[in-house]
Order: sequence, then C-alpha cells, then structure tokens
Amino acid sequence: RDFNERCAQCSEVNWGLTDGGKFYCKSCHNVTERTREVVNTDFITNSRVQTISKGLRKQEKNDGGCEWYICEGFQLVLKKQAEALEALGVCPEMKDEILCNFWRCYLQKSKQAYCKRPAGETVKALSVCESSTDVDSDPERPSLLHLLSLSESEGDLQTDCSFASSVSKVSESTSVYSGSVDGSLYLMKNQKEKLRMTMPMTLSFCYMALLWLREPITLSELLRFVVEGHIPYLNVFQHFPEKMKLCGLDLKIFCVESWPVYDEVFNKLHELAAFLDLPRFPDITESCFLHPDMLCMKYLMEANLPDELHNWTCRVVKKIGIGEVDFLTLTPGNKSTRKVKYDVLSAAVIVVVLKLLFLLDDHYEWLLSEFAEERNKNNTEVCVFHSGGPYFEFKKWYEVVKHSLDVEQKKLDEERAKYLWRCEKSLFYSVKNKSKVLKRRQMVVNLQNQFGKLSGSVQCAEKPNPSSFQLRWSEENTNGSCFHGHSLKGILQEKCGLLTAMNPDYWLCTVKLCNEKLCGHLAHYREVEFPHSYHFVLGLFSFLLRIQPSYIHDEVCMIEHKLFNKKLCKKLKYNTVLRK
Amino acid sequence: SSHEHKLNFKKSKEACLNYIQDALLQKQWKRAAEFLTCYVESLEKDYSRERVGPSEMIWRIGTEILWHHSQSSMKEFSCFMEQMKTLGVKRYLKVCLEHVFHLLCNGQIDEAYQNLSLAESWRFGEQTAIQDKEMKLIQAYRGLLDYYSWSKQKNILLEHGEDGFSDLAVEQEMHGYFRKAAVNLKEIIKIPGVWDIFVKCYVDLLEFYGDHNEARQVLNEYAYNSKFPANPNAHVYLYQFLKRQGESKNSLISALKILHDIVPSHELMIDFNTMLQKSKKRKKRRLGLEVIFAALDYAGWKENAKAWSCLVRQVKQIVSSEKHLDWIKQEWNPRKEWWPAFHFSRYLAKRNWQENKSLSYEKALVAGILLGKDCKYFKYVSRQGCKAQLKRFRMLKKFVNRHDPVHLRISG
Repeated sequence: RDFNERCAQCSEVNWGLTDGGKFYCKSCHNVTERTREVVNTDFITNSRVQTISKGLRKQEKNDGGCEWYICEGFQLVLKKQAEALEALGVCPEMKDEILCNFWRCYLQKSKQAYCKRPAGETVKALSVCESSTDVDSDPERPSLLHLLSLSESEGDLQTDCSFASSVSKVSESTSVYSGSVDGSLYLMKNQKEKLRMTMPMTLSFCYMALLWLREPITLSELLRFVVEGHIPYLNVFQHFPEKMKLCGLDLKIFCVESWPVYDEVFNKLHELAAFLDLPRFPDITESCFLHPDMLCMKYLMEANLPDELHNWTCRVVKKIGIGEVDFLTLTPGNKSTRKVKYDVLSAAVIVVVLKLLFLLDDHYEWLLSEFAEERNKNNTEVCVFHSGGPYFEFKKWYEVVKHSLDVEQKKLDEERAKYLWRCEKSLFYSVKNKSKVLKRRQMVVNLQNQFGKLSGSVQCAEKPNPSSFQLRWSEENTNGSCFHGHSLKGILQEKCGLLTAMNPDYWLCTVKLCNEKLCGHLAHYREVEFPHSYHFVLGLFSFLLRIQPSYIHDEVCMIEHKLFNKKLCKKLKYNTVLRK
Repeated sequence: SSHEHKLNFKKSKEACLNYIQDALLQKQWKRAAEFLTCYVESLEKDYSRERVGPSEMIWRIGTEILWHHSQSSMKEFSCFMEQMKTLGVKRYLKVCLEHVFHLLCNGQIDEAYQNLSLAESWRFGEQTAIQDKEMKLIQAYRGLLDYYSWSKQKNILLEHGEDGFSDLAVEQEMHGYFRKAAVNLKEIIKIPGVWDIFVKCYVDLLEFYGDHNEARQVLNEYAYNSKFPANPNAHVYLYQFLKRQGESKNSLISALKILHDIVPSHELMIDFNTMLQKSKKRKKRRLGLEVIFAALDYAGWKENAKAWSCLVRQVKQIVSSEKHLDWIKQEWNPRKEWWPAFHFSRYLAKRNWQENKSLSYEKALVAGILLGKDCKYFKYVSRQGCKAQLKRFRMLKKFVNRHDPVHLRISG
C-alpha cells in the first residue's frame, strides 16, 4: 500500500503481494526483495492492495482478533490440505505452484482479489445497527435468517433463531454476524455467477491440482483419505491462528457436519475448471496411473482376481476407445464429452469383463466353478499345472473375498458410528452463546472421560497409516486365499488364433440408456432386478471406492452400450440376452 | 442401508445409538460404554426438534451402564446423576427421583432421604408448576421414608415397653415422623393411580393411632373409586382390613366379589369359597361353587390340595342332598372337554398318588363324581388306596360307587 517505488523492470507502480509477503509488480511479475511486515508469519495475508473505501483498516480489534476475510480462511484450509498431501508423498510442486496458481486465478476471476474493486460493491458487511425488523424496509438486504438458510451446512433451527434474535448493537466497524469481515456478504452472493467457495470445493481444488500433475491418486482415494483423517477437512478451522476469530455466519461456511460426496466434489471440479478458463489438462496417456489399464491392474489386485484378467480389461478398453488420450484428458468447458471418473470407469471395466467371462447370471459362473474344481482336483493328484497356477474357481474366490469384505465392512460401519465430529476448539455463534457452549463442551469431556474408562482396554486407536490398498492378498499364504496367479484356462478357448470366452452369452444391464442430464443417471440400479453375483461384484467395488453401487452401474451400462453398439442398433427389439 | 456412503453427523449418531442398543440388550457393558463415549458429543448439537434428545438418551443409557458395569462404583454413579440433573431443567425432578430409587436399591436410605429433601425444596419458575406430579411423588417417597423411620421408632418403643422402660424422646420422635409421613402419604393417594405401598403404610399408621374410620374411607376410595385403575390389591387390602376389624361375613364377602371378577386365580379365593359355602343364601352358595371351579382352571392351582378339598366339600354336599345337581352340571359343561386331560389323566393319577396322597384323594372323588367310577383317575387312585389299605379310600370308593349315576346326569 505504501510502496510507491517504480518497478525496476517496467517502471510501473502497480504492486501486489506474493504469499511470501514480497512485493511483486503486477504488470511484469517482477518480484522484489522488499517484504511487507506481517504480524504473524503463519498468517498468509490476503494480497488486497486496494484500500478500503471507508478508511484505514483497523488491524486489531478489542478482543485480540483481527479483521479477516472468508477467502483468507479458505486459503489457509487449502494450504493445510496441500501440506497434508505433500506428507503423503505428493510432489511439492502441487502446493507451491499448481494449487497456488489455481487459487489466485480463482480469486481473480471471482473478484475477491488481484483485481480492481468492482464498482458499487462495498466490503462493509451487513451493518450491525439493522435489526431484522429494519431489514424488511430494504428489499435488497436479506434478513439474517435468510442468510443462515442459504448456507449448505445443516442448521439447528433453534440455534439459528436464537442467534438471529440475539444480535445486538455494537460499534459500526465490526460485524456481529460473523467474525470475518465479509461473512454475511459471502453468503449473500449469487452462487451461479461467481462460484462461491465452500468446504467441499476445497477438495475440488486439491483434486484439480493433483489431476493437473497426474499424481497417482484417484478422487475416491482422496476422499477416503479425508474421511480417514489424513487430510484436514472436518474442524480444519482449528488450525486458524488465534487472531482469526470465527463466530456467527463463519460457522456456516467453515463447519461441516457431513463428509464430502464424490459426485459433489467431482461436479464442482469441472465447474471450477471451466470457470477458471483453464486450458486442456496434461495428457493422460497409457503410462499414467489414471489410465484404465493401470487402474484396472490395481483394482484387479485389490479384488484378488487373477492377473490374467488384465489382458481382457485392456482389450475392452481398446475396443471401446476409452483408453484414448482425447477421451481421458480433461478439457474444461467442453460440454459435449462425458466427464470421466477414472476410478469408477476402471472398476466398471472389470465388472464388464467378469460378465463377459463368467456371465454372472447366478448359474453359469457356478457351473464354470465346478468344472474348475474338478480339474484342480485331478491335477493335484498328478501335481502338475501346465502354466500359471491352478484353475480359477469362482466359488472359492467368492467365499474368500466375501469373508474379507464382510469383516472390513463391519469394521467400517463401526468406525462410522464412532466418528468424533467435534474438536477441542469450540465455536459459538455469538458471545452470548459462548458460556453455554463452553459448559456443554466441558460436560462432554467429563462424560467422555468417565465412560472412556469403562470401555475396557479399547483405547482410541492410532490413525492407521494411509494406504492405497484396503484389501491385501499375499501369494505367500499357503491356504490358497490369493488368486492373483490363478489361471483362466478353464473358461477360455481358442478361435481363429484369438482367445475368447467359452461363455457365449451376455446380458445387458439395460437396453436403453437414460438421459443423464435429465435424471442424473444413465440407468437406475435397483437391486431386485439383477443377479446376486452382479450385486456382489458391484458391492465389492462400491466398498473399495466408497461410492454408491449405482454409480458403478451407470458406468457399466455406458461401457456395455459402447461395446455392443452395433448389435444394439440392430436388435433393440429383441430380448436383452445377446450372443457375442 | 448400512452401506450408505453419504455420512453426516446425524446419521453417524443414529448408527452409534443402534450399536449402543445392541450392546445393552446383550449386556455388553464395556462395549456400550465405548459407543456412548462417542455419542456424548451430541450434547453439543441442538436437537430441539426431536422428541427424545441426546441429553435424555445419555441419562438413561448412562444410568444403565453405570448401574451394571462391574467397575463402576456408587460414588461414580451419584456423580453422574448430579451431572444429569444439570443437563435438562425439564427433567430435573425425574432424574432426582430415579437417583433416589437407585440409592434405595443400594440400601443408602439416608442419602436417598437427603436427595428427596433437596429435591423438594427446588424451585424453578414455571417449571415448578409443570413438574407438579413429579414433586408429589418426591413428597410421597419422602413420606414413605418417614414412615420407615416411624416404624423403626415404634419397634424400639415396643421393645422398651417389654422391658418396662418408657422412652419419651423416642415417642416424641415417633409421633413427629408420623405427622410428616401422614401429610405426604395422604396427598398422593388422592390422585388416581396405583399407590399400593403408600396406601398400606398410611393405613398402618391410621390403625396404630386408632383412626379406623379414616382408614376405612381410604381403602374404600382406593378400591371402589372408578377414577382409580382397577387394582386387585386394593380389594385385598380392604378385605384384610375388614377382617382385622372383625367385620361380618357379609361385608367380607362383598369385599372379595370384585377380586374374584378381576383375578379368579387369586389365593384368597379359598377363603372366599369357604365363606360362601357356609352361607345360608342359595345365591352365595352357588357363587361359591363358581368361584372354586374357576380357581381350579388355573395351572397354578392344580396341586393345591386345599382348593380341591373345598370343591370336594361342596360337591359331596350337593350330591348327598341331591339338590342343585344342575349347579354342577352348569359348571361342568364348559369344562368337560378339557378338564379330564388337564387334571385327571392317568399320568397325573400316578404322580399325584406318589407325591401327595391327600391331593389324590380329593381329586379322585371329584373325578369319580364328574366322570364316573370307570374313569382312569378314579380307578387308579382308588385301587392304589385300597391296596394300601387306607380307610378313607375305601370310603371314597363306596361313596363314588353309590353315586355313580350322577355323572351321567351331569354330563348329559
């Protein structure tokens, strides 16, 4: 603000601040060594260079807090998340360059920083002197209750109402509606225009950066790490510095009480990419982790399926063209192509392959399994396997995997019931609320201690180390519970030099695809209409990816329609069982 | 479904409650405590729209766990209850009351009394009026404990009296407790409800001090006021009181009438039948027969020799006089399909003979009359009895043989 020197490179006086607190020239991006003193080095100041129209900004408030803006809060959140990802092994570029740039671009485009103040927009949030009754007279100013309802986070009706009615008159420069300067303004903004920032969106940012760098992590993994606590999300405001006081409407913005949903993060990601006018993302090629060939290999391993199936997944991928660079790479703003969910897609490919080879109609796969069992029995007497391992027996695989899946699912269900959502740092809507909240917190802690002691030897377990694989199968186990090396010989045959499945049939999940834009799905998954084996397989991947089976089902339908496109066009009127 | 991937605070806590419920039902207190530890943070969230909020849940679940958990002490329990009292002002008196119950169960009478007194003095704006019922209960229980103290003093006094000592101080104390107890007990029994223990104690007090009129009034109210829920004990208490007072058979009989209607299997039915049998009025004797047959419909009475002897007495009397055989017919009609298998099987004949000869004697007579001398039960028992050369069995055989045609008239 006070820096009036001319830039060494371009002689302009147009300064901005980098995150490191250094002045840089906005015209030519020349960074100087002059730094601006920051009160707290942890506190990344918002690089607003424009002065606020009503005068000097008061740095300190009476209660030891300072003025801060919502986007500064989000910036902190992103920083913490990026640090966590770096700790998990993501390259530092992600935090230092990619995410930073995305964020700055966002701030600029949404006119929160790095730009001229748009005319007419004042930073002054809802004036304190207005009570809710006054508000009626001014139709442009929504009431506090209205603002509270705008927020996406769940509200307590009673707390909202009591908060709204408890607002009292305070001095002009502070807003009691929120600890931040622009909390109320933030909620008031028209969402569609400027893509208002939310907590789930922070994950969209993170994933966007990861995708740009083609890091070996899928969106479902990212979300799983969030839930497992390796990436800050819930209660991330704990890490805000003391001076950034949160209260009132800030809580609506930063306190989440639900885990992010895959679809929400995914869709926001694309919206964001388009909003930021990003160019085409770096190519996803065959050697990329996110390429279906790679992901299929990973998922096959995790699902304890024979490695040989990988040939088949590759064949399917190739046949329907979903391994093409243009198909896989994200081009923001391109509305004609379907957005690719790499993890779901790969899982669906495996499901389709299983259907191709085993039919999964609750009969054929068991029949094949019996044949395999016979052959295995005969062979053990002779102790010779031609090549590869024993014949793959669907039945055995099912039993082994189901058992593990049930155990893991049970654990997961219990963990979910035991989540602790609150943290040490208490938040209150208003000062009036404070003592009640603190008392409650104290009681909660007391009760936790009392009953925690009675819980027996079960103590709060250490967070397990984050890992990419949830189910592990070892070939060293002699009990035969690992199927990676098993052979598909029994179910394949050679025709014209090509290996094909012995299974001649295939059943389509749906004959006609729905219009995704209308009802959100390509198909409608209702458990009762499909064979149990199909459920089971969907259920398995649903567990691994932590998403609803219906999403995988959608992708399966999409793949099937691509695969059998020609036949479908001809035979739409016939029954759904096709001959390949 | 449990595989719902969209998870939020509310769903998470609902799931937590399910686990707690399972654990409680299976008496896995440690596991229940484990999940409760995770549930308590619900207190920090407002559930005012729900019918049962987390504070009530935690109170009830916590109470169960602390009461049953092996490592939990009474001190911890009380400490927890104190915390719960601060949690919900609308529930304050209820929590106090339940705390008192637990203390009583644990034998801590003095602490219970202290808590009751404390609760009695509680005032909280309009809540005091809203929680009026709970307050009355608290006062009633304090009255009960006062009665208990009175009772102790009374016993001391009686002991001293035997030894020839008289203790004025003890007597004064006793009267003091009486006054305190009477006031509260009288209040609560005015409200329609089931107050057995309060009524009993109050009547005991009244009788001791000679106020029989008041006692009679109280018991009548309790038994006959239609606003009060139907309560067999009310009639029992009234009956016992009247008996103590030496009332006439007629008033005793009328006291037991309703009891027979609501609990035909009540143990007092023997007394009832005995009185009715001896009555000069035909209607009453008829009722007596009805009463004893009805009682013997119940499995619990199958081996009650006294009851059977009552029936025998009446049946003998009727059969010998040959008057009112139709009474027996009327009673036997709805029973002739199932009583033979229920009471008079051959298996039972053997068992009764082995275990209780008097019982088999009484039953054999009834069987012989109702089913004829050729019925399994009678044949077996009378043969055994005659083999054993027991005189009364010979008499039994004679009697039944003489009146054998009766069974045909009865069952026809």
